[in-house]
Amino acid sequence: MSRPRSQAEYLARLVPPSVAGLRRRSLLAGAAGAGALLGTGALAGCGDSDSGSGGDAKSVTLGSNQSDPKPKDVVAKVVDGFKTSSGVTVNVNTVDHNTFQENINNYLQGKPDDVFTWFAGYRMRFFAAKGLAGDLSDVWGKLDGYSDAFKKASTGDDGKQYFVPASYYPWAVFYRKSVWQQRGYQVPTTLDQLTTLGAQMKKDGLTPIAFADKDGWPAMGTFDILNLRINGYQFHVDLMAGKEAWTSDKVKKVFDTWAGLLPLHQPDALGRTWQEAAQSLQQKKSGMYLLGLFVGQQFSGADLEDLDFFTFPEIDSTIGAKALDAPIDGYMMARKPKSKDAATKLLTYLGSKDAANVTVKNDPSTLVANSGADTAGYTALQKKAAELVGSATEIAQFLDRDTRPDFASTVMIPALQQFIKNPKDISGMLTSVENQKKSIFTS
Amino acid sequence: MSDLPLIQADRAVPPPAATTATGGRGRRLRLLSGTDRVVITLMVLVPLLLVLALVWLPAAATVLLSGTDWDGIGPLGEIDWVGLKNYDDVVNNYPPFVPAVQNNLLWLAALFVVATPIGMFLAVLLDKELRGSRFYQTALYLPVVLSLALVGFIWQLIYSRDQGLLNGVFGGDTDWYGDPNVNIWAVLVAAGWRHVGYIMLLYLAGLKGVDPSLREAAAVDGSSETSTFFRVVFPVMRPINIIVLVVTVIESLRAFDLVWVINKGRNGLELISALVTQNVVGEASRIGFGSALATIMLAVSLIFITVYLWTVMREDKR
Repeated sequence: MSRPRSQAEYLARLVPPSVAGLRRRSLLAGAAGAGALLGTGALAGCGDSDSGSGGDAKSVTLGSNQSDPKPKDVVAKVVDGFKTSSGVTVNVNTVDHNTFQENINNYLQGKPDDVFTWFAGYRMRFFAAKGLAGDLSDVWGKLDGYSDAFKKASTGDDGKQYFVPASYYPWAVFYRKSVWQQRGYQVPTTLDQLTTLGAQMKKDGLTPIAFADKDGWPAMGTFDILNLRINGYQFHVDLMAGKEAWTSDKVKKVFDTWAGLLPLHQPDALGRTWQEAAQSLQQKKSGMYLLGLFVGQQFSGADLEDLDFFTFPEIDSTIGAKALDAPIDGYMMARKPKSKDAATKLLTYLGSKDAANVTVKNDPSTLVANSGADTAGYTALQKKAAELVGSATEIAQFLDRDTRPDFASTVMIPALQQFIKNPKDISGMLTSVENQKKSIFTS
Repeated sequence: MSDLPLIQADRAVPPPAATTATGGRGRRLRLLSGTDRVVITLMVLVPLLLVLALVWLPAAATVLLSGTDWDGIGPLGEIDWVGLKNYDDVVNNYPPFVPAVQNNLLWLAALFVVATPIGMFLAVLLDKELRGSRFYQTALYLPVVLSLALVGFIWQLIYSRDQGLLNGVFGGDTDWYGDPNVNIWAVLVAAGWRHVGYIMLLYLAGLKGVDPSLREAAAVDGSSETSTFFRVVFPVMRPINIIVLVVTVIESLRAFDLVWVINKGRNGLELISALVTQNVVGEASRIGFGSALATIMLAVSLIFITVYLWTVMREDKR
């Protein structure tokens, strides 16, 4: 009797601590959110203690999400320019782009840098309304070279400015000139021409439209442009603000049109990144690709010169084809910068044409917002992109910048992926989106 | 609420309890000096406070927050109470939830039916003292040592649609990670690969501890290898069997890293843990809603923990 009994006890003691620890960890995972929240509260408390002090500060901090080598280099060069002209030292804290975006709530409520990178759009206005961003109206008094569209994009709900635009990039349909010349393709100006062209490309052994949505956001660009072409800019704004119903016939028509175009898109999009899709365009396997100007990052040398684009063709002649997505990147100021004076100086410099000139010289994949900048250094593609945006009647930011981030990431990403998986059940998908929207927008 | 301190408590408490029973109250008081009592109190209090502060307080906060619509911004005083709305939304108004539950169950079934038995079988083989058994042991255990992020990367090289080993060798064009009907199985293979090594090591440790005289006795009685294992060794290993079962359940509940590395738990790879993270940690900040999901996960974990503790305690009484 005694032997098995002691055996059992002996064996129970063999359990390594790591196994026992797992139990605790699984619980912690569940509670991680709460833990993070408590931390947030504590951090927010700390942030309150230091308020804007004297005006003779010799340094200012800049929180940057420009973590890719090229944009990071551009930020460093712009900041150098500020140092030379003002004598104020800038400490740049660069954080991985996605991490920066995901942590923005905690970051702003903790001890943010004096000046930080952000985007125009709903989220900027939201932070302004919550009192998490500094009023930049006096900076705007010193800025020149910005069109009204940019000023409007920098204005919060209370009519004050909270944002300094630096650069922007349009979304358009990109293609390789050499491929199109060789096959004799013409730039389509209507949806019918686009479908005919797509059918021709298929016959010629090309994938008509490169497509990728592994990360969830590229498909938003397709939705946006179809919505802008079919229902117009104002509807886009109202839909993003939660004022229009997703179950309306107008939205249904967008998805119906998209479903008609899906056979022209590259299949298996949900397992592909935009970089891979861009490479299929670069390798001349795909005929065209709807993406932002940053698609050029996947091209170099002669290939980059071969890259051209056209704006998405007209679908409804009463709406036209003059609106587009052109997200604006720029800078904002923390609610309580350590030195408001230095932060204001830096922001004024960042919005100046000097800073824009440095950017033009160093980054060919973006456009500068300041019209006073010397754009002689633009590539042909940049010049064309600037003309396209200049001629646009309305400029949207992008689905995930124009609406609540919780709606964009937890509702729209799964919904659009669901649609790409199964384009047949449009009304079921839209009913679900509308129900979730009602729940989120009322909270 | 970890099981380790409890197991220790179970084993550690009986001896003093026995003295109390035989020696009576006065004797026990004499056994413990003042310093002893201070030390004991500290040894109980400190871990208790740590567990409360690091485990139960956040867990209780999660449960509380799941009744609110907090977005993570602003002071705690501004939080609005919304009752059970978040739970209603999770179940009736959140398409990824049902697939996530299904995937968690599938994960449990796959680990339980396939990976765990394979791990146990390998342990039995390695227990036979084969030549090079240390090498096999190391090779099989290696995936457990690697971080899941690295495991995800290794399998990405195998599964990639355009540049992967699998499609390269067999010439197919299956979209292993992108096709929602296929990717969960592809990920389960990767997760199982790792789980097998884990179970193997656990079970091997148990097998090494089985008294050889039991097997000898069985052999003398004319029992075959198979029936010796199933009728003698397996029943003796009951505590280890329970641990293996619990580890399997925990692994399937806390499955997260792999799917997060692959596509952040979307498009066929939904898991409850990934949904919690999507809602709470990212820019979305649906903290109330995410907490509701976390609470559901907590409740499910509690069911398994209760069953486990109940089994262990009942065994002790016997």
